[in-house]
Amino acid sequence: MSLLPDFSFYNAVIYIIKGTGLTVSLIIGSMLIGLTLGLPMAAIQVYGPRWGRFLVGLYVWFFRGIPILVLLFLFYFGIFGLAERLLGQILERRINLPPFLATLVTLGLTSGAYQSQIFRGAILSLHLGQYKAALSLGFTRVGALSHIILPQALRVAIPAWANEYSILLKDSALAYVLGTTEIMARIKQMVWITHLHVPFYILAGLIYYFLTWLGIRALKRLETKTRIPGLGMEMEAEIAKNDQSV
Amino acid sequence: MTNQSSVLPFERPKAAQAETRPLMEARNITKYLGGKLILDQVSLSLNKGEFKVLIGPSGSGKSTLLQCLHFLLIPDKGDVLLEGKSAMDMSHKNICAFRQEIGMIFQDFNLFDHLTAKDNVAIALRKVKKWSKDQALSKARDELDKVGLADKAELYPAQLSGGQKQRVSIARAMAMEPKLMLLDEPTSALDPELIGEVLNVVANLAKGGMTMLMVTHQIGFARHLVHEINFMENGRVIESGHPESLLANPASRTAMFCARLSELTGNQ
Repeated sequence: MSLLPDFSFYNAVIYIIKGTGLTVSLIIGSMLIGLTLGLPMAAIQVYGPRWGRFLVGLYVWFFRGIPILVLLFLFYFGIFGLAERLLGQILERRINLPPFLATLVTLGLTSGAYQSQIFRGAILSLHLGQYKAALSLGFTRVGALSHIILPQALRVAIPAWANEYSILLKDSALAYVLGTTEIMARIKQMVWITHLHVPFYILAGLIYYFLTWLGIRALKRLETKTRIPGLGMEMEAEIAKNDQSV
Repeated sequence: MTNQSSVLPFERPKAAQAETRPLMEARNITKYLGGKLILDQVSLSLNKGEFKVLIGPSGSGKSTLLQCLHFLLIPDKGDVLLEGKSAMDMSHKNICAFRQEIGMIFQDFNLFDHLTAKDNVAIALRKVKKWSKDQALSKARDELDKVGLADKAELYPAQLSGGQKQRVSIARAMAMEPKLMLLDEPTSALDPELIGEVLNVVANLAKGGMTMLMVTHQIGFARHLVHEINFMENGRVIESGHPESLLANPASRTAMFCARLSELTGNQ
């Protein structure tokens, strides 16, 4: 215990919980990067030219086909290593890009691939007729997408987005391999110091469970709030009827 | 059908004769879809104030023709002229301006599900014509009032009946103050008891002198109101003429088709 003179279990828990901030900013950041990339990619896949669809397809296959752990190492040692060397040569001093950045970019790019498929599905679930109706009123293609299609596609995508959130949250636990001091890295440190494996892994599980619950609840609330009056009522009434008869 | 008889007493409005060039003209439009010839050199013209109808068996290219006239589909060959100006080879921006001049009514309404009736009407005014919110909403209320839906302005499409949805879509198209309207089977997705309210609105537009081209199978409605029936089959207009003369001639394809139609539906 000489490493941490004032070590106590209480302090350890506080230390780990402080890592939550890093995890949460990692999640929010990569969700947003994924959203900014995923939306236009989905639009290109549905409405875009052949070469655009091809490029997006390549991108999606790349990120869906490679484990996130491999991607993290590839980006950190490969692209970020290269960037550090190039920047170092230009600025003529040693550059260290924080592992947090590499993790954020990797998770964000991966999430972009998955989110593009979420939004592609959401756009395809909408009636093509609304897009045509918007064009017939004089909207440009971009205008029709942003004013008519996206507001609805985003609503449709919320449940799948909640799913993506919970997956991403747990993927972010891999960030410790690069030395980002998020929840999992801190758990590992505490386990290493105390050799108390089970209690700390239980704590890790509880924190991730709580964060999942919180995010999904918030998104569920968003789903209810943005619900379009009258839409889907028939189906819900039908399901309720079936529930009663069972 | 009782609903239709209520729209019959209108006089057929006189089309303006003085105009030398047609308001809209389609010249030899050819369109392939999926390698199949859908439109085979179709020509058609509409003078200001004219109300024409397209009928014909399904798959004859009626909807495709309307979409080509509106440039929702780009014709492979031929030309579309609006007030003498060709629409072929226009830039994307000009195509959007071209489409604003033409209203389109779809068979399945295509209202924007996430917007109330009044916002459905107002959104293009705001985002395309860049009107202020107040201006657009006040225009939207006027247009909804004209189709008898002033009291439904705050409802969402999913809260409206089919007939009400189609009337909102007519208000939405009319709010843009188009030079002509294209109607693609506006009543064929409706329950029989809701057809009358939509046809009434269409009849009112005709009375107001709106230039219209409508795909419909409501021959009883059309024959008393329109200036010309165009009969399409296999991607061509094979007959066109005044409804009375076409329908009076039992040997015409139009008359035979309509007779078969009324046998099936028991109408007229």
